[in-house]
Amino acid sequence: MEKTNKQALQVAALRNGTVIDHIPSEKLFTVVSLLKLQEMDSNITIGFNLESKKLGKKGIIKVADKFFSDEEISRLSVVAPHVKLNIIRDYEVVEKKEVHMPDELRGIVKCANPKCITNNEPMTTLFHVVDKEQGILKCHYCEKEQNKENIKLL
Amino acid sequence: MENRSLVTIAEHSKEKILYLLEMAKQFEKNPNRKILDGKVVATLFFEPSTRTRLSFETAVNRLGGRIIGFSDAATTSSSKGESLKDTIMMVSNYADLIVMRHYLEGAARYASEVAPVPIINAGDGANQHPSQTMLDLYTIYQTQGTLENLNIFLVGDLKYGRTVHSLLMAMRHFNPTFHFIAPEELKMPEEYKIYCRQHGIKYIEHTDFTEETIGDADILYMTRVQRERFTDLMEYERVKDVYILRNKMLEHTRPNLRILHPLPRVNEIAYDVDSNEKAYYFQQARNGLFARQAIICDVLGITLDEIKE
Repeated sequence: MEKTNKQALQVAALRNGTVIDHIPSEKLFTVVSLLKLQEMDSNITIGFNLESKKLGKKGIIKVADKFFSDEEISRLSVVAPHVKLNIIRDYEVVEKKEVHMPDELRGIVKCANPKCITNNEPMTTLFHVVDKEQGILKCHYCEKEQNKENIKLL
Repeated sequence: MENRSLVTIAEHSKEKILYLLEMAKQFEKNPNRKILDGKVVATLFFEPSTRTRLSFETAVNRLGGRIIGFSDAATTSSSKGESLKDTIMMVSNYADLIVMRHYLEGAARYASEVAPVPIINAGDGANQHPSQTMLDLYTIYQTQGTLENLNIFLVGDLKYGRTVHSLLMAMRHFNPTFHFIAPEELKMPEEYKIYCRQHGIKYIEHTDFTEETIGDADILYMTRVQRERFTDLMEYERVKDVYILRNKMLEHTRPNLRILHPLPRVNEIAYDVDSNEKAYYFQQARNGLFARQAIICDVLGITLDEIKE
């Protein structure tokens, strides 16, 4: 009985909006800021350190009346590529979305090369994704490659 | 408008490279023309590089263009904190073309995106230096009569040497066999070996540099082994005299062999090599003039037909 209650709490009903599930706990707040949730007026529920069979501990975000664009979703690919999105309309899951690594990342990642122009000039960074599987990015400007594991977000 | 800037040689197709070499050949026949009459070229050197700047400025002068610019950022408003974009926008008001050298990597790419006039990258940090690559290609072409199927030996600092990396990438069109001769600490980086494998470029690695190693070389491209590149100074002491080319090593080399070096040389080519007819580094530097004249004309939209006499 107790278990069912907890389950119920984790997925409390959303009438219309988006549920972002399977966020690794340590990435939860990065996801929040990547999606700029702190600037929104919608009703937002953020679950942190919830139990997950797959991840151990996970985060979950429920945003009422908000449907993210593919561009917004693709921003998550660098930090949480295995996130699942459930699109809810009238209490029903009408669509499930996964995150796809885009071909380009604009204004999301900071270049690791201190001698790169992007770290010394007020400008937007741009990376080309050279290997989606391994998450290898190449700076459009200094042409240095960087691995997903060492990426710093702006 | 199509952006005709030259940021990296990697963007050029085989046809484009051969076209630019043909243009350089025309300028070698006659470097003094009035093609740039009425044009103003800005040379912005945010980092000093006397050799490159003199070569570009000579190229412009011999084509009848005028030059504005600076040779050291300390004397400009970038030392007051002006952004690169602002400097480039300001200079674009005055000049038809900007030749720039910058200490930051990617500076030329960014400038080419914001500037309304074409940009020629005259070196951006450790990243690219396409006019050096063009003059290297021209020199190889000039001395061997072709760029195809050559044995090219790169010697010295293959880890940090920007010129050898660019040359390697530009040669991918011409079925070369590369030999990488370097001490352990300055070996060709893995990413360039991956590049070779991806593009079907044959390469062989050596750590010893002897007469036997270079026996079938067509081009011997020497670079400086710099002390400050070593983390282990014992290693430096051990190898510093190994990668020096001496005249007696050339005795049994191929007659068509030519020795190149991007200059400045310190001690990696002994002075007794200079009088050997295979020594070609000073002529190579002279070719910088013709290669740069070709690049300048191309980014300004001046075609090969227009410069043929």
